[in-house]
Amino acid sequence: MKMKAWNKSTKSNLITYGMVIAAYVIMEILMKAGMVSSLLQGLLVPLCTYVILAVSLNLVVGISGELSLGHAGFMCVGAFASAFFSNYTKEAITVSGLRFFLAILIGAAVAALFGFLIGIPVLRLRGDYLAIVTLAFGEIIKNVINVIFLGHDSKGFHISFKDAFSMNMEPDGEVLINGPQGITGTPHDSSFLIGVILILITLFIVINMVNSRTGRAIMAIRDNRIAAESVGIHITKYKLLAFTVSASLAGVAGVLYAHNLSTLAAQPKNFGYNMSIMILVFVVLGGIGNIRGSIIAAVVLTLLPELLRSLNDYRMLMYAVVLIATMIFTSSPGGQAFRERYSLKALLGQKKQEKEAK
Amino acid sequence: MMGFISYLVNGISLGSVYALIALGYTMVYGIAKMLNFAHGDVIMIGGFVTFTAVSGMGLPPILGVLISVAVCTVLGMVIERIAYKPLRGASKLAVLITAIGVSYFLQNIALLIYGSNTKSFTSVVSMEPLSLADGAIIISGETIVTILACIVIMIALTSFIKYSKSGRAMLAVSEDSGAAQLMGVNVNATIALTFAIGSALAAIAGVLLCSSYPALTPYTGAMPGIKAFVAAVFGGIGSIPGAFIGGILLGVIEILGKAYISSQLADAIVFAVLIIVLLVKPTGLLGKQIQEKV
Repeated sequence: MKMKAWNKSTKSNLITYGMVIAAYVIMEILMKAGMVSSLLQGLLVPLCTYVILAVSLNLVVGISGELSLGHAGFMCVGAFASAFFSNYTKEAITVSGLRFFLAILIGAAVAALFGFLIGIPVLRLRGDYLAIVTLAFGEIIKNVINVIFLGHDSKGFHISFKDAFSMNMEPDGEVLINGPQGITGTPHDSSFLIGVILILITLFIVINMVNSRTGRAIMAIRDNRIAAESVGIHITKYKLLAFTVSASLAGVAGVLYAHNLSTLAAQPKNFGYNMSIMILVFVVLGGIGNIRGSIIAAVVLTLLPELLRSLNDYRMLMYAVVLIATMIFTSSPGGQAFRERYSLKALLGQKKQEKEAK
Repeated sequence: MMGFISYLVNGISLGSVYALIALGYTMVYGIAKMLNFAHGDVIMIGGFVTFTAVSGMGLPPILGVLISVAVCTVLGMVIERIAYKPLRGASKLAVLITAIGVSYFLQNIALLIYGSNTKSFTSVVSMEPLSLADGAIIISGETIVTILACIVIMIALTSFIKYSKSGRAMLAVSEDSGAAQLMGVNVNATIALTFAIGSALAAIAGVLLCSSYPALTPYTGAMPGIKAFVAAVFGGIGSIPGAFIGGILLGVIEILGKAYISSQLADAIVFAVLIIVLLVKPTGLLGKQIQEKV
């Protein structure tokens, strides 16, 4: 019985990995055949970013059961740390593969550090209070990054929180982080292939963690904190672990994001709470705690506005309507009763199954 | 010193707007136990309705405000009926995502009708600025009206909840909706009423906000909405005096932070204060501590 259950989860995980690889192969073939519009090609790397973010947020929201609304903040930290590193070592390390590898490590490490430091106070809170504090931290990160000016010249690094002039740099100095203008000239190291590899690594980390002793401890805390504590599970340790790993993976997504753009600036659009909420929408629509669902939801919801492009101005309106309708249909007591009675595959459910069948 | 006083007055004025918005958040949270993320966008709709009525149709400002309040009240009830009521009893996250969907919907409706260009809102207040201490402190009419409106509304709302039958029903539902239903309280009607009041307050807040800061876009409501949400949490979400105190404090901190520390970091300071308060008092200033049972 135990063996069988284990086999089942392995099978399900293999399907998840296979799905990502299959999607990559199909996309590559379509691109070779010239059937993919340049618009869609430009969306591929952001798509990988969103998938990583959704999977990593699912670790906190689904597996650990804490509502976090500050995920974009960790992405922001990872993006800026790595873009700063890549820009600084552009001349020193000429092999782009090695530089990008180091950038990913740095992005992940810095984001993990922030996740750890923020996690210590935040995880003491519960429910909606935790949500609002993570949102607050995300906004603070975005705000603070917007006032950092950092430059480098023959005398070393200069930092200022006011403007580029007050750094007192030598004339040969180079401004690396320019406040609200952010970082410009980051090498374009991201690619679809790297994005997919990073997705696979993320999946490997998250899936293995969920199916391990650690993962079971985390889920036990989610299901009943007091009962878990009474059997000797160290609450803070496991919660913090899940939060830190999730932050670190969000940092990796940030690295991918930063190296896909030549200019990186912390704006409300890319690193504000709107972004965190968008990722949360992926996680919830994909099914809380369901890793594969997060991937599918991230892909479908990123492509949906593009597919609805023919509707022009109405597409975001349609997006909102689809979002509300889906939530009512899948989560409301009435919607669930309806589905049970007719056992009809719901509009989204059917789409999902078709995708899984692929 | 004179500068400090005028910053303080501006802070209280901005805080009054936050308090009005936070009241909507906190009442809805207290009764429906949901974070209504779309509340901020109701403010924006309120602003646009007044803008259309006053600048577009040339109606007198007071009529514009009344129309705006009426439209938002109906809007709040319609949103509750269509989007939130079916989800009663569903998971909290599902309701949160639906609220976000409603927020996108309102923003995009406004975008379709009015476009993304910033509209310049004509102030509905036609009061002369008040000059104190031989002109060293000048308080604009908008500021005075905002603060007075907030105080009047606060008193009216508190007495409504304390003394009227529907107000007490609201209290009962927020305490224990199941028990309230058994005692003959119409829970659905009470929740609808809460949304109606919250949205009406949001409309007033929208008009006052746009009168002081006249740039109106479809995204005008988002940031004040989030800040008011912070104010509600700050004061202890679910508590009406808490929302009032939280809103005023937040406005004052924001304006003073902008004036004395850094204008770019003002938002960060507001959020940092929230974090510190919650770490010291995890349920906000006036929030109730709920004992967890095994």
